[in-house]
Amino acid sequence: MKKAFKLEDLDCANCAAKMERSIAKIDGVQSVNVSFIAQKMTIEADDGRFEEIMDQVVKACKKVEPDCKILR
Amino acid sequence: MFKNLSRKDRKNLIRIIVALVLFAAIMITDKIIVLGDVFEGPAAWALPFCLYLVVYLIIGYDVLWRAIRNIAHGQVFDENFLMCVATLGAFALAIYRGVTGQEIEGFDEACAVLLFYQVGEWFQSYATGRSRKSISALMDIRPDYANVVRGDGTTQKVDPEEVKIGDTILINPGEKVPLDGVITKGISTLDTKALTGESLPRDVETGGEVISGCVNLTSQLEVKVSKEFYDSTVSKILELVENASSQKSKAENFITKFAKYYTPIVCIVALLLAVIPGIVTGDWSTWIYRALSFLVVSCPCALVISIPLSFFAGIGAASRYGILVKGSNYLEKFNKANTFVFDKTGTLTRGNFAVAKIVPEERADEILHLAAIAERDSSHPIARSIVARYGKETEGGYTLTDVAGQGIIAQKGGDSMYCGNEKLMKANGIEFTTPEGVGTVVYVAKNGQYEGSILIADEIKPETKQVIGELNNMGCKTIMLTGDNQKIAASVAKDIGVTGYKASLLPQNKVEEVEKLLAAKGKNDVLCFVGDGINDAPVLMRSDVGIAMGGVGSDAAIEASDIVLMKDDLKGIPLAKRIAKKTMAIVMQNIVFSIAVKVAILILSAFGITNMWVAVFGDVGVAVLAILNAMRVNSKYRHN
Repeated sequence: MKKAFKLEDLDCANCAAKMERSIAKIDGVQSVNVSFIAQKMTIEADDGRFEEIMDQVVKACKKVEPDCKILR
Repeated sequence: MFKNLSRKDRKNLIRIIVALVLFAAIMITDKIIVLGDVFEGPAAWALPFCLYLVVYLIIGYDVLWRAIRNIAHGQVFDENFLMCVATLGAFALAIYRGVTGQEIEGFDEACAVLLFYQVGEWFQSYATGRSRKSISALMDIRPDYANVVRGDGTTQKVDPEEVKIGDTILINPGEKVPLDGVITKGISTLDTKALTGESLPRDVETGGEVISGCVNLTSQLEVKVSKEFYDSTVSKILELVENASSQKSKAENFITKFAKYYTPIVCIVALLLAVIPGIVTGDWSTWIYRALSFLVVSCPCALVISIPLSFFAGIGAASRYGILVKGSNYLEKFNKANTFVFDKTGTLTRGNFAVAKIVPEERADEILHLAAIAERDSSHPIARSIVARYGKETEGGYTLTDVAGQGIIAQKGGDSMYCGNEKLMKANGIEFTTPEGVGTVVYVAKNGQYEGSILIADEIKPETKQVIGELNNMGCKTIMLTGDNQKIAASVAKDIGVTGYKASLLPQNKVEEVEKLLAAKGKNDVLCFVGDGINDAPVLMRSDVGIAMGGVGSDAAIEASDIVLMKDDLKGIPLAKRIAKKTMAIVMQNIVFSIAVKVAILILSAFGITNMWVAVFGDVGVAVLAILNAMRVNSKYRHN
């Protein structure tokens, strides 16, 4: 399943790249793209565990860039 | 100016101004009365320290806080942290000077670094926000609501997503068409500019199709919805543009990689720079100071922002002209495109067969009449063009026999009409003469007697010659693929000026032909295929860059291609090429300029030629210049 999320307060482009890198490492995530310019994140992950994976994504995002909120 | 700012930008701007004023006041006072000399003794440094610390905290409390938080999360090479190390280090050095009785200086510098860092951050936020807004102006095509007509005749404003197929909606003048559909009542004109870049409004009437994203101009329309919002043109386009940035170009991947290694390397070098010469010379404060300058330049943000921004601006600029580019990588590739393969019908030509000539001319009506009788039930485009030209009802009652690959024989009573190609004539022993001109010839005979011929030609689009000429001038190869026979193909090719052509191709041969061209091309050659999106999806996908024309309403074309020309106009191709060229030029400038300046600052500060002031100006200044440069992509382009 592929889903797009709006991001709030994503302030630095380098952080977007860092977020992308750390989210890509999460088990079950097939592809991820964090667009600093569009303030958007597109995630492709296993269907069945999507919500569970998203929880981990939010955690990873918090770790890299605590100011940035993922609007779910 | 204040009104246009986001709340956060406004808050930060006020903070920066307050800190700047305070900083200037303290610095001027310091220059006049020398704050370090106000008190005597070994703690004289405390007064300037405290004053500057206030400014430092006002401007930097958030950076400090984020640095602490990120360290707790194990983020070592975080720019906030590095900025804190650099500035707090400078403070510490100044205190050290004060304690050891040297001249008191350096507090102002530590403050200034953080101050200008914040000014730069603010500007980056402002500039990216601005360009994001200007680019996403295209997103204005998203409709906010639909007026649905309910069973009892009342209308209700609802979210376009809630409208179902078959529902009837009302579109008032000035409103956006929310969903694709067919007009059931009303005549109006539509503004398609946002979708196609075409400035001429389009007339529509009952029975006609409307495409979501257009603006209804003159009068109310009643429309029966034919697609759900998710499948409507406007959704497809928005999705495409929004996702364009996920298809990353080589340049962007390079920058991401570069950024990943740049910061740690600079930090390690800074550490070495502080320790090794420190041990060797014993002059710790000088080398620590130089190392701290390193940290100031360690953030790769100028590059990380400006490169994707340039691409985004390029894609945005193209979309303003009705050219949808599906990703940065296609823009990058398209810049290098040097072989253009065109499908002839529907791309270089209008694709509408039309009767060009009837021989002999004085009996035109009669010949046309005979042909129309034979062709009246056929769905072949050539047959349709003859029937359309005749324009009148033909008498029925004929037995029509379709001879595959030859034509049609119509019989009634003792009469038989032959209408078809030369094979049909030969097969029935009819002598005929071939008319002059390029196109498909339909011969007409009655009862074994040759009557005349109809020449059907596909009109060449008015802009074709100019576009082919322009591409040839850019040094590109232009190749035409066509199902026409050698003779016709040669004549058309000569007429429009393509550098090569392949004739007598069946639709499936086109893929083979493109495969052959792909196999034969060099490593740095990029092959573009241009088609109208009908029946050529495999070729569009197979080529390096697939360009579909007249994409509005054609899902298959939008899906299979990499670049979609929303308007059925070939001039979009050289225009897209110009946009791609400018984008890539700016991307290269930004990469080279940013890296060069950073490296120069690093070298200069390693030798102590520059100080921290220059370093922070260099770092922030480069980012700002690179962003401004990126915004140049989104300018006006020649379009004629």
